[in-house]
Formats: sequence, C-alpha cells, structure tokens
Amino acid sequence: MRMSSYKDMAIAKALNAGLQKAMQEDPKVLMFGEDVAQLGGVFRVTEGLHKEFGDSRVFNTPIAESGIIGTAIGLAMRGYRPVTEIQFDGFVFPAFNQITTQLAKLTSRSEGFLQMPVVIRIPYGGGIGAVEHHSESPEAYFAHTAGLRIVTPSNPNDAYWMIQEAIKSPDPVIIFEPKRRYWQKGPVNLDIPPMPLHSARLMREGTDVTLLAYGPMVTTALQAAELGAEEGVNIEVIDLRSLAPIDYPTLFASANKTGRVVIVHEAPTNVSISSEIAARIAENCFYSLEAPVLRVGGFDTPYPPAKLEEAYLPDADRILEAVDRSMAY
Amino acid sequence: MTPDNSTPMMQLLAPDGTYGVPAQYARYGEIIDSLGEDQLKTFYRDMARIRRFDIEAIALQRQGQLGLWVPAIGQEGAQIGSGYAVGPNDHIFPSYREHGVAITHGVELMSILKMMRGVNHGGWNPEETRYHLYSIVLGAQVLHAVGYAMGVKFDGRVGTGDKDSDLAVISYFGDGATAEGDVSESLLFAAVNEAPIVFFVQNNQWAISSPVEQLTKVPLYMRGSGFGVPGMRVDGNDVLACYAATKVHMDEAREGAGPFLIEALTYRIGAHTTSDDPSKYRDESEVEYWKARDPIMRFETFLRRQGVEDSFFEDVKQAGDELAADIREQTFALTTPPLENIFDFVYSESHPDIVQQRAWLKAYEESMGAHE
Repeated sequence: MRMSSYKDMAIAKALNAGLQKAMQEDPKVLMFGEDVAQLGGVFRVTEGLHKEFGDSRVFNTPIAESGIIGTAIGLAMRGYRPVTEIQFDGFVFPAFNQITTQLAKLTSRSEGFLQMPVVIRIPYGGGIGAVEHHSESPEAYFAHTAGLRIVTPSNPNDAYWMIQEAIKSPDPVIIFEPKRRYWQKGPVNLDIPPMPLHSARLMREGTDVTLLAYGPMVTTALQAAELGAEEGVNIEVIDLRSLAPIDYPTLFASANKTGRVVIVHEAPTNVSISSEIAARIAENCFYSLEAPVLRVGGFDTPYPPAKLEEAYLPDADRILEAVDRSMAY
Repeated sequence: MTPDNSTPMMQLLAPDGTYGVPAQYARYGEIIDSLGEDQLKTFYRDMARIRRFDIEAIALQRQGQLGLWVPAIGQEGAQIGSGYAVGPNDHIFPSYREHGVAITHGVELMSILKMMRGVNHGGWNPEETRYHLYSIVLGAQVLHAVGYAMGVKFDGRVGTGDKDSDLAVISYFGDGATAEGDVSESLLFAAVNEAPIVFFVQNNQWAISSPVEQLTKVPLYMRGSGFGVPGMRVDGNDVLACYAATKVHMDEAREGAGPFLIEALTYRIGAHTTSDDPSKYRDESEVEYWKARDPIMRFETFLRRQGVEDSFFEDVKQAGDELAADIREQTFALTTPPLENIFDFVYSESHPDIVQQRAWLKAYEESMGAHE
C-alpha cells in the first residue's frame, strides 16, 4: 500500500506550494500580477516563486487589471499557461470585459482552434477589517458566464490540489481564494488529490437538514452544525468546492435524503449562486422536499464599512436561524 | 477633414502618382527601391481585388445575403501595404475591417463572409493563418497581441539574428479604438516589456459618426510617446509608404527594438457598416476630397508611368469580376449549421450543463419532429 505524506499548512502556504509544484513540473506556467514578484503578493501567496523561477516566469505587471488578463490571453495563444493574480476581489472589474467577452469566448469563437488555459486567482470575501473594495464576493458575475470554470477551496488540502488542477485545465479557471481563511491550517496530502476539481464534498454527515456552503463559509457552516447538534439538529454539511460547474448530483442526493436545504454564502443572495441552486433543487428534488430551500447570505447592499461587517456577514447564529425555519415546516 | 499639414507625414507617392523620397525618409525609400515590378503589381492587384470584393459584399448585404458588412473602401493602401510587410512567421491581430490584410496572408475571403452572414463568429485557425480572429470589442485584441509578443520574447525568438526564427507581432486598430483603456494599457505593457510589436493605427478619421478631432487632442502617432512607444505618421492612402514603414519597423521589432506605433492617415470612403448612414453627419464634399486621394487610383497612375501596360489592368478587372461572381455563388450556397453546434466548443473539456442542455435540445427537437 502506498503511504501518503501529509504536511500541516495554512491555505496561503498550500496555494504557494501548489503553484511552486506546477511551475516546477511545467516550464510554460507563468505567474504574474500586481506585486507578486519580490514581495510575494500582498497575501504572500507567491512568496519565493520569483526567487526560484526568475523574471521571465514570475513578474510584476503595471497596475492595470484589464492588461493583466488581456496579455494572459495573448500568452495562452502563444502556448503559455498563465496564472494571474487579481490583488483583491473589488479590483477585478477593470478586467471584467477581457474575462467575459474574450477569455470566456475565444475557444467557442475559434471553433476549438484556441484553448485558453488561463488561471485567475482572486482573494475574495470579507472579515479582515479592510477598507472598501477589499471584501467583495463577485463570484456570481462570473458563474453566469459560459466558458469559465470557477472553484473555491475551503481548506489547505483543496487549495494545494485545486491550484494545480486549475493550471492543468485547458479551459479558463477562476480560483476564488477565501482570504480570511488564508492562515487557517490543516493537513495537506502531498501525494494524492482528494477528488476531481469540480466535485462537491460531504464534510459532515447528517440526517435532518443539508447545509450547502463554499469557500470561507464552510468553516462557519461546520461550526453551525456543531452548535446545531447540541440543540438536537443533525446537520449535513457539503462544501460545493466548484461554483461552475456545480456538482448537482451530490447536492441532489443530500437534498433527497434530508428533504431540507439551507445555502450559505457571503455574497448578497439576490441573483446569486444560491438562487441557482435553489431553483435546480426545486426542479429536481421537488417530491423529496419537506421545506422550501432557504438561503443565508450578505444583504443586498454595498459591502458595509469594516466595523459593521461582523454583523453583516453570515455567522453560525444566522445559519441556525435559517435551519430552525426550515425545520419548522 | 483635410489633413493638418503641420504634422509630419511620410508620403512617397503623391495623390497625382508622383513618386519621390524626402531626404529624412531615405531608409524607407531603400525598401521600395528593392521591390521588383512583380511585387508592385501584386500590391495593385490585391488592392483592386479587395475593393471589388468589398463592393460585392455590400451588394450581398443589400440583397439580404449578409447580416452586416463592414466596408474598407479607401483603406486598401494601408491594408495591402502593411499586410505585405508582415513576415512569414509574424502574427497579426486584426480588428474587424482588415479584409485587405487578410488576403495578404491567405485567409479565405469566405471565412469573413461566413461571419458576416451569421453562420459563425470567425472559424479560421489563427495558428495556421497567423491572422487572428476578428475582434469586435474595440481594443480588446491589442492586449492579446501584446501578450503574444511578450510570449515571443520569453521564447527567445527576438533579436537572435536568425531571420528564419525571429518573429514580431502587428496589431491593427482604428482611431476610434485609441480611446479605449485597453489600447493605453497595451502601449504600456508593450513598452515595459520591450515587446516585439508594431501598433498599426488606421486613422480613417471617423469613429462611426464621431470625427477624430473629438477623440484626440494630439495626432495619434504621438499617442504612444508618453508610454515609451515611438511613432510616425504615414500617408495611409500611399501603399508604398505603408509597406515601407511597416517593413522597417516590423524588421526592427523582430531584431529587438521594442514596440513602435504607425499611424496611417486614411479615410473611410464608405459607411461605418451597412447599418450606418454617413449623410447624417458628414458632407459629401469631404468624401469627394478624399476620393481624389484614392490609394488605388494613384498607384495605377504610378504603374502606368512605370510602363505597365493596359492589358495588366484589364486582367485585374476581369479577375475582380470573376472573384465577385465566385463569392456570390459561394455565399448563396452557404448553409446554416445545426443549433446543436453551439455546444461544441464552449469548453475544451466535458461540462455537465453543456451535456445536459445538448441532450435536452436533441430530445426536444425529436419530440417536435414526431408531431409533424
């Protein structure tokens, strides 16, 4: 039997190690963005890469997000596998045009002559006490766009493997990194990937209600499940892991089992990832449901100033309030 | 608009067909001196050919055979001249009006008509043609061109002295697109990376209904200077000036000189597209002024003075008519692909939503068929 070696790492370090491994294995992998070279990025996710791989593979760009993605597209056309960093979630919008009208469409536009193996890393979400535009959850804008793949790790093991698998994908992949969990540690299996890139994972088995979460909210959902257990509610927790595509068979199986689903994310719920999942579960699990699918998310307001974010963001209590409402049907 | 004469502009062939090389442009003149009669005839033949094609495409659109046509009439000198200066390894990133450049690199004209008929979004293989797909969001392709050029540099294919290996990139865009942030970011990224690229701006003086004076306060050839990209203006209706400028600066880019910007001052004789009505915003007298500076007419005068015989021009005309008849026939024969094709290349790898929707469509179409 093959023995796996495990190492405890924080999510940021696991992403760093995954990037390093991908760059060692494939000389066509490039890493670029704002401040990613000597500094190692504002969150240090690229620390040490510039020293190991040099100026032509790890480099700082001008502070121009459209330029970062637009040139990544050209580099992919030239046979490179660019990994780009958008410094913060709220800064991705200058690149929105290049991502949605170009990157997402070029394989289709060219009828398959072009592949677009571009990875866009975006630290996202709140909870770090930041100023405006540093705490957003813009994933739904991108999940709406055909041609993109979107994943988000909730733990170091997924972070380590997802970044490597995203880089290997011939399609563009956005990896939303849960910035407030960057320093959360956990075991990383350095030898065997956990599961396919676009699979959801059952994190905690339960029988009464299914809690669906992703990215930074998985930790919060697991806390809620522990608290729920103390109150006698047996909560199942699933980490979506992939937002485009979404692993519906795993979700439907759980919904059919428990009959009750609560979806949680930081993003506002209006026209969100949870809107789509609620619709799909209603379409596919109608006769199994004991309650309507309920959602817990940010409010439909601009992200608030930092002193208010603790109350704005979903926490275990807000999740359990929705669980209670679901159980009451 | 009549050109601002205070702006330096390289012109080798005057509107009356007189050829002359001003002293400061001597190195460009040397390029033209090295051309043989066959090459000069090819310039003429392709300018005339693409204009005949353009006229036929407008007719096809008027007859309902194309959804839209984007005429390049008046810009043949800029397109054929620059296109032939692009080397056999170089890559070309067009906007959407560069039909003339396309024919200098063997792109099938029917590929362009298919797109304008609405049967695809441009299905040619850019790796094979080195002529990349048309790009409709203004300026977007310029960043792709810069990224490609950065990759060429990372590959060590610049400035090695090996002419069979080195390559450069040329990106086309218009005066309107210079306003886009992507164009400014392109100039910056190209400059800081010393990328092997020539930015070829066809200033046709109208961005749909906006005259170029509303889009810039300085001549466009200067647009790159603040970013560190030198530039020059050439007479875009002078095929020889366009060829020479592009040849010199593509050669230099390949040799490692970094980016350069060429502004080809030309004029959009026709409408922006077949959906446009220029009579709403410009005077016919302005169009007449520019028709007198036509790139094909002046080059014909030049060639005749060089001793090229009538029979050549008659052959070109006949070939144009044959081309027109041929594309007309081929356009009428175009079929619409089945709807299910839209699922084929959304992703390179299997995607569950695509699999499911394709299956649904198939079942739906079969169920509808069953009721017929």
